[in-house]
Amino acid sequence: MLHELTVLSGFDKTGKREEYESIVIHAGETISIVGPTGSGKTAFITDIELLAQGDTFTKRKILINGQPPGSGIRNNPALKPIAMITQNTKCFADLTVEEFLKIHARARGIYSSKIIDETIALANNFTGEKIHRDHRVTILSGGQTRSLLIADAILIGAAPVILLDEIENAGIFKQEVMEIIQDTGKIIIFVTHDPVIALHTQKRIIMENGAVKAVLVQNELEVFAAQRLSDLDRKIGAIREELRADRVITRELMNLKFA
Amino acid sequence: MKLLVVAGPPSAGKTALIKQIIRHFHHQLRIAFLKIDVVKAYEDEELQREFGIPTKKVYSGDLCPDHAGVMILGDAVEWAEKTGADLFIMESAGLCLRCSPYLTQGLGVVVLSSISGIHTPEKMGAMVSLADIAVVTKIDLVSQAEREVLIQKIRDLHPKILLMETNALQGTSLQRLYSVILESEEIRQADLMLKGNPPIGTCTICVGKKEVGWRHHFGVVKKLDGAIADYLYRGE
Ligand SMILES: Nc1nc2c(ncn2[C@@H]2O[C@H](COP(=O)(O)OP(=O)(O)OP(=O)(O)O)[C@@H](O)[C@H]2O)c(=O)[nH]1
Ligand SMILES: Nc1ncnc2c1ncn2[C@@H]1O[C@H](COP(=O)(O)OP(=O)(O)OP(=O)(O)O)[C@@H](O)[C@H]1O
Ligand SMILES: [Mg+2]
Ligand SMILES: [Mg+2]
Ligand SMILES: [Zn+2]
Repeated sequence: MLHELTVLSGFDKTGKREEYESIVIHAGETISIVGPTGSGKTAFITDIELLAQGDTFTKRKILINGQPPGSGIRNNPALKPIAMITQNTKCFADLTVEEFLKIHARARGIYSSKIIDETIALANNFTGEKIHRDHRVTILSGGQTRSLLIADAILIGAAPVILLDEIENAGIFKQEVMEIIQDTGKIIIFVTHDPVIALHTQKRIIMENGAVKAVLVQNELEVFAAQRLSDLDRKIGAIREELRADRVITRELMNLKFA
Repeated sequence: MKLLVVAGPPSAGKTALIKQIIRHFHHQLRIAFLKIDVVKAYEDEELQREFGIPTKKVYSGDLCPDHAGVMILGDAVEWAEKTGADLFIMESAGLCLRCSPYLTQGLGVVVLSSISGIHTPEKMGAMVSLADIAVVTKIDLVSQAEREVLIQKIRDLHPKILLMETNALQGTSLQRLYSVILESEEIRQADLMLKGNPPIGTCTICVGKKEVGWRHHFGVVKKLDGAIADYLYRGE
């Protein structure tokens, strides 16, 4: 069982030691990583994904339950307790969705055939344009690929730690994604530029110049603010769907959606 | 002296991986490097400049680079011994997929890029199946799921191979490779042998007949009638 994950500090882009000794993340915690572009957000979660041992640019080290991970865990996907959705929205594998998921399930030591249907169904909750089992993964759009990989991480990766890099991009239904992965007992880390996601997590890690600048705990006012922002975001989402569905804004719709 | 033979398709990241290995062992072992390529290679100058180690290159020209490797490896090992090297790294060009450059001694590493396509490992024949270690590079360019799918494909093909994945530009997750290299045995130059059977190297095309169509050709290859594939040639 994974009950905590520890990040031991490394160095910023100029080679200066980061100003913390360690950050401990407990099972069930949700965390967002925020900061300007290029500040090292992706690098931070990539360190976690690779279970870095001082062998990445940042020189950070990752411990599982206070211990350095064994090399089995680092090299065998079936043992890896971490699933990551990268910023990447392209698949190069010349396989159908079904073949892709099947091989990945095998890599993760899952042999049930139900998992394929479940994963495709879940992915289709996140995207407007449906994904089909015999689509080639190479022709999926950015948003569809994202949706498929998120569903894959949740059900096939099925790991106690889930890392998500900017899920708000690529036009998928992020509210649905957030609902499904909140309150699962997992560690969930969002890299994000989106204030709705950032305010919803229990902790925020602020990045600058390749280093962690601060770790903030969500305060009571922010819980309230997150709720309000979510309502607003849902309204924007509803309008987006209206526009996507070829409708025009009428007075009626204004009253309904902007109220 | 330890021997490391690194093979893989063009631009897979062989040199990037070798640089990480040299960077890691630089202060611990004396290293010599040989690149075998077909027409052009810059690795020798590059590694010589960056690390100041003895390097050499050999062009195979009209010959398959792995065949060339077999011919010159005796001399090359002697040269490396003379430089006083503890570790001799040989980078193959890896263009001919019928041959494999691995020897019965030392370590054979195949380097594969994550973006080279899912069917590449099975197309590479002996270059993958006779390797001791497979290193998948460029993992920074694809999703985690896709990396794991590629790794599974290689594992299906070669269940016993030691598999690793890395961002070769940073040298991530290579500790295991480093310890396998350190634990590998010293080679005995007198009985260096090829691991795989080299394919039959001559046919009427090899000797210069340019006509197209099987009627014009005869000799040491024959067509297998639909047994495995419509066109698969094996030595007679
Ligand atoms: N992003 C990324 N780029 C890589 C990685 N490994 C290698 N590259 C790049 O890929 C290109 C080819 O890498 P090389 O190491 O020269 O490949 P090679 O196998 O030695 O190529 P040849 O010797 O020419 O056959 C270079 O531009 C490298 O910088 C990696 O892990 N990630
Ligand atoms: N501590 C560090 N030391 C050296 N290089 C670093 C460090 N942190 C990040 N980098 C490098 O800086 C570059 C930008 O970092 P990264 O991609 O993590 O930014 P980001 O915050 O995710 O940006 P974006 O919002 O644009 O996705 C990368 O090339 C990364 O390898
Ligand atoms: Mg990023
Ligand atoms: Mg090279
Ligand atoms: Zn050959």
